[in-house]
Amino acid sequence: MDFAFTEEQQELKRLARGWLAERFPLDRDWDGPADDDWGGLADLGWLGVSIAEDEGGAGLTFIEEAILFEELGYALYPGPYLETVGLVLPWLGPDDRAAVASGETRWSAEVGGLVPHLLSVDRVVADGSAYEARGEEEASVDPTRPLGRLERGDGSPLPGSADEPRARAAMACEAVGVAQRALDLGIEHARTREQFGKPIGVYQAVSHALANTYGDVELGRSLAYWASWCVAVGDEHAPVAAAAAKAFATEAAVTACERSIQVHGGTGFTWEHPLHRFYKRALWLHGFGGRPAQLRAEVADAVLGAPVAAG
Amino acid sequence: MDLRDTPGEAAFRSELRAWLDANLPEERRGWRGGAQRFDDPFYREWSRALYDAGYAGLTWPKEYGGAGAPYSFQAIYLEESARAQAPSHVGVIGLGMAGPTIMAHGTEEQKQAHLAKILSAEEIWCQGFSEPDAGSDLAAVRTRMERRGDVFVLNGQKVWSSFAHIADWCILVGLSDPEAPRYKGLTYMMVDMRSPGIEVRPLRQITGESEFNEIFFTDVEVPAENLLGEEGQGWQVAMTTLLHERGTLGFALSAQLEVHLGRLLEVARERVNGDALARDRVAQEWIDLQALRYTNYRALTTYERTGIPGPEGSVAKLRWSEQNQRLTKLGRELLGDDGILDDGWWHHQQLRSRGNTIEAGTSEVLRNIIAERVLQLPRSR
Repeated sequence: MDFAFTEEQQELKRLARGWLAERFPLDRDWDGPADDDWGGLADLGWLGVSIAEDEGGAGLTFIEEAILFEELGYALYPGPYLETVGLVLPWLGPDDRAAVASGETRWSAEVGGLVPHLLSVDRVVADGSAYEARGEEEASVDPTRPLGRLERGDGSPLPGSADEPRARAAMACEAVGVAQRALDLGIEHARTREQFGKPIGVYQAVSHALANTYGDVELGRSLAYWASWCVAVGDEHAPVAAAAAKAFATEAAVTACERSIQVHGGTGFTWEHPLHRFYKRALWLHGFGGRPAQLRAEVADAVLGAPVAAG
Repeated sequence: MDLRDTPGEAAFRSELRAWLDANLPEERRGWRGGAQRFDDPFYREWSRALYDAGYAGLTWPKEYGGAGAPYSFQAIYLEESARAQAPSHVGVIGLGMAGPTIMAHGTEEQKQAHLAKILSAEEIWCQGFSEPDAGSDLAAVRTRMERRGDVFVLNGQKVWSSFAHIADWCILVGLSDPEAPRYKGLTYMMVDMRSPGIEVRPLRQITGESEFNEIFFTDVEVPAENLLGEEGQGWQVAMTTLLHERGTLGFALSAQLEVHLGRLLEVARERVNGDALARDRVAQEWIDLQALRYTNYRALTTYERTGIPGPEGSVAKLRWSEQNQRLTKLGRELLGDDGILDDGWWHHQQLRSRGNTIEAGTSEVLRNIIAERVLQLPRSR
């Protein structure tokens, strides 16, 4: 039993935190056109983390990708990384994988009739085939992650298959990152904002709300890492672990943002403060690819057996 | 990262499972709690059997009768004991609190005198920390320790002391210097519970049982050689005890919760398997338990690597206590119309769970600890 990152993995986490903080700071131009620096991600090797070395990747595992999903969530990275690496990679053959690792092709996938980032990717996976990314985009709860309806042209069948636990574990990790950021912002505010002559963090109504978020984040993180490990080694518990992790972590992220907005007072309710951006990402992760209630129904099937019709 | 047992862990787990199967009588499985159960001599015999088989004090050094095993073995022991619904070792306070404190602060003589006897259940220990006016605020203890030559004379009252009615020894924090600044006048000692002047009165709790006791001390003489640490260092020594109270608890708690969840799943399958709302709530409990379990595993790895309990462990007791309250209440609810009857198990567990957010650090104190020590927020007092 060893449930911790290796030195190398911890180093990757530190590096990702640092690079993303510099490249995607909180005071970025949120409302202008987003440059997602896809080339920068390719140069860092983040696009081919789990792709074999002879295909231009790093030949690592989903654990390293899980670390990046968490950090990309923490930084609220705007590009289609979740789509390309989290949703699509298991569908692709060697040539397509190599084109992902090099940064040449960006992908998304149709989930429940909707394609995230449809108009900022090159190709889309739908019904097991690859299509040109064409169609109409609609605003989603998270403006940095629009959802589109695919206009199907000629599709070419793909050799791989869907890996739902992998996609869900990726979203759970991203949600943990979002929740951690909301918590960190809340802590920072509670330490520095003074009212009645004291930092508001001395008041237990404030500090206990943040302590509750801390508990949610740590428990959600444990589930997200458990699910990621199951995915990485092909453990039989991957489906139920990933369903549990996505249900818990996305609810935790939504609640973490709500508590942080409350702790920030009026400031947290302004467009100017970045908190609402994280809140909207949390809501997106909560709603996309299996809502918590649907996921818990899957968990119930796994632990209780199929429902018996009421007689 | 590898969540599977190592070969050594797997071997230990299967040996232990076989030992429990062979040695635990069927009618002794599924005990439901309540410290007065330990009046039954079986539990001392069972504890002795655990010791003889090498399962008591797994992580303690060999020189003091332990097995010198890694913490993961202790976690496996707790998991497997819970799965077999085996009784715990009777020396809960000795194993989890008194022993580690004696190891950290005791003299060699004190270690030799007590540690092996704690493991073998020859000595049962209790704890005298809380007082009527000192609950969460330990530094407010008033039990007087007055030095008279080679002895300290004890006068005062302790409360919420589990096992005191059967204990041989007590770890106790008292006030040796009322003039000293807060925290500095406290002293920590080991008290022989057979000393003249000690009276133990059981406290009846909302379950109707008595797990806790009041202890009254009237002119009780304690030899100065029974101090743990120096006179006036009681606060520092007590912090060691409390660190261990919380540090070793996580796995025992989640293992116990797993037994409760197993019962919840049984009830749900029998009674409400077509009810989508009930299924949703049961699934939530299952998910929350896995979250606790894997948080314990993360804390364990941090502990094994660094020797310092990680911050993730600080949420274990807080979240366990709240989940146990929610789960036991749900269990009774799923019984439907029968939930109004005292079934002897869910009713007891639900009532007992109300103590969980109070004992061993109230939820309010634990949230303060997380806010101040983990999140580094300014202190509230």
